[in-house]
Amino acid sequence: MFETLQKGLTEALRKLRRSGRLTESNIRDGLQEVRRALLEADVHYQVVNDFIRRVTEKAVGQQVIRSINPSEQIVKIVYDELVALMGPVDADIHWSSKGPTVIMLCGLQGSGKTTTCGKLALFLRRHRNKRPLLVAADLQRPAAVEQLQTLGEQIGVPVYVESNATPVQVCRNAVAAADELRVDTIILDTAGRLHVDEELMRELSDIDRLVQPNEVLLVVDAMTGQVAVEVARAFNEALELDGLIMTKLDGDARGGAALSVKAVTGVPIKFVGVGEKLDRLELFRPERMASRILGAGDLMTLVEKVAEMQRMQDEEELRRQQERLAKGEISLEDFRRALSQMEKMGSLQEILQLIPGGSQLVGELDVEDTKELRRLRGIIDSMTPEERRNPAIIDGSRRRRIAAGSGTDPSEVGQLLKAFNGMRPMLKQMAQMSLASRLKALAGLGTNPGVLAGLLRGGRGKRELVPTKSYQQRMEERRAKKRKKRKEKRKRRR
Amino acid sequence: MLKKLFSRIRDGLAKTRKVFAGMFRFGRRVDEEFLQELEAKLIQADVGVHTAMALVDRVREAYRNREVDENLLEFLKKELKQLMALENDSIAAVEESDAEPINFAPSGPTVVMVTGVNGSGKTTSIAKLAYRFKNQGKKVLLVAADTFRAGAVNQLGIWAERIGCDIVRAPQSAAGSPADPASVAHDGCEKAVARGYDLVIIDTAGRLHTQQNLMRELEKIRRVVGKKIEGAPHEVLLVLDATTGQNALQQARKFAEVVQCTGIILAKLDGTAKGGAVIAIRRELGLPVKYVGVGEKAPDLERFSADAFVEGLFQ
Repeated sequence: MFETLQKGLTEALRKLRRSGRLTESNIRDGLQEVRRALLEADVHYQVVNDFIRRVTEKAVGQQVIRSINPSEQIVKIVYDELVALMGPVDADIHWSSKGPTVIMLCGLQGSGKTTTCGKLALFLRRHRNKRPLLVAADLQRPAAVEQLQTLGEQIGVPVYVESNATPVQVCRNAVAAADELRVDTIILDTAGRLHVDEELMRELSDIDRLVQPNEVLLVVDAMTGQVAVEVARAFNEALELDGLIMTKLDGDARGGAALSVKAVTGVPIKFVGVGEKLDRLELFRPERMASRILGAGDLMTLVEKVAEMQRMQDEEELRRQQERLAKGEISLEDFRRALSQMEKMGSLQEILQLIPGGSQLVGELDVEDTKELRRLRGIIDSMTPEERRNPAIIDGSRRRRIAAGSGTDPSEVGQLLKAFNGMRPMLKQMAQMSLASRLKALAGLGTNPGVLAGLLRGGRGKRELVPTKSYQQRMEERRAKKRKKRKEKRKRRR
Repeated sequence: MLKKLFSRIRDGLAKTRKVFAGMFRFGRRVDEEFLQELEAKLIQADVGVHTAMALVDRVREAYRNREVDENLLEFLKKELKQLMALENDSIAAVEESDAEPINFAPSGPTVVMVTGVNGSGKTTSIAKLAYRFKNQGKKVLLVAADTFRAGAVNQLGIWAERIGCDIVRAPQSAAGSPADPASVAHDGCEKAVARGYDLVIIDTAGRLHTQQNLMRELEKIRRVVGKKIEGAPHEVLLVLDATTGQNALQQARKFAEVVQCTGIILAKLDGTAKGGAVIAIRRELGLPVKYVGVGEKAPDLERFSADAFVEGLFQ
């Protein structure tokens, strides 16, 4: 998509090269592509128009730097402007100076409030050293209270529940009970409501007035369309929002609603929900959102993840491993370590999705990755140290033993060994590369996912791996060579 | 009856109507300013850039420098309807027929599987469907196959109680790990056959269409149900949140691909959301919209009518 945008821009700006200067007339066509991209990302119509006007002003009169493509330059201006619009980052909560801090979450039905309450509680306890209390103030939706209770149990956070009370009463009583419950942060889960439902909006203002939360956060579904602006405006007018939480960003929605809401309310986006698990709440990064809206893969996150992985590894060990790798002395022990690192980095699918064009690759790979990785590790764990160092000694009997030990099938052990042998040259090559080239190589897997897919899928009889053409060709060639050799042998014998 | 239906959908789209009001003042010149305004309205109804621009182009061709008259509105309606149904008579047939748009099994229980992304409104829509068919004298069985989300089973249970229909849940597992949704669906079908239920509605966990393993799980439920009851599931409905923007098409595409959706329930069409994304879904995937959710209560489910929908847009 980013490529498409770039291509469209390049097309529109071809005549610009000669002029050497960005002028209003010659960038207007180009910016049509940007406009279209933003609208397709669900950024609000009015916000898009204002944005394009501003970018035009910014871009007009700029010298086209000769070394770079004018379309790239415009994309850069657009990107910078997007980042500026969505920033600055302000993920801080208005902590109460005395007494407990009260955080209220509100939003439309189905935006993800209850789940986000759980995520936020976990986040604040883990990263801000808080003792949170969840308050079940959604008395509208059937079983919303039970849902919050279950979530609280899962993360070990107390949940305040009161029957036969109004939402306002529940919230007030919860705050009053904070000291007794030995908590310092109170998170209110309010019922989902339509921004045009006057009665329910009044109820929210009542809670706001009587409980006086320190922080009011609006929960917005990343898939929301044009209506996001109206919703945000209505909630902001009723409550004076302090921040936003974007949910369901783990899907493939481009999330233009984030930009719309920020532009209209001026309220910072503080957190983003990026997965179903309760620890999948992250701080908002405008840079990432900007490239997402423009359709670029999230390379920065990938770089960070790789960096984190590298940090986790002992420097010394890394060096030793590199040396061994370079010499081609790689053992299954190293392989096992690589697998656990991959696990630590998060799911492979997740990582691949961050690479431009990587989401297609995920479809091709189609793996239940972490489970699969753990399975592979289990196989290696069931080997003796000797076998790990020298896999060549693994014969049929050893294979059966390893399979029994790891609860797998002997054929899976065979598949792993085969995949390992296939990986060896690749790992050796990777060891000699810089981090940047390694990233590129990883991204380049798109052209040859067969190796990795084969490695991960291992073949559980579910679906056979589909090696890419080049891999198949190579195997075919190898077989042809063998056939030829055999033929010659037979000839000689005769 | 039809009048009442029209008016309810129209009410749901009340805000949309306001958006279009005033623009079509008779005698106004159809110039670039007008066309831009038209484009803005269409995009704000989430119809998408592509559809909006196509429509604006058609108006530009047909009406350049003429004045707005009563025919322009008719012209737009016709074009929009064409874009929505795109010569697909089968969609129109489903929607305009007086019979319920459900492919009932000739004998034995009819199985309806309800799917959608998280928070789209599946459980509520199921309650509304159950209410509707119970009132038509059918014996309805709900199946709580959303074993993932905390509280989902209880939520459906409360609805079942309110409506007065039976529900099948997973047996309490000792380890507290979620039960296999396919096995719950299996149990539901078994009970439906044994006890002679007319309609089985299966609730599934919300899942983003990009989660491959969860989509596979859905495929499995479908398979298991099909083994238990001949021809099941007879309907696979996708619940779509009317506030969803352009991602709706992606959702519909993926769900259609994996579980062969037979139609859409457009939920939450009661606010300012316009649900314009449906137009692209119909055009590109040929999926009919079977029902629309217009409120929070059990009776708030209506048949979709393309006429009423478009009419609502422009009134």
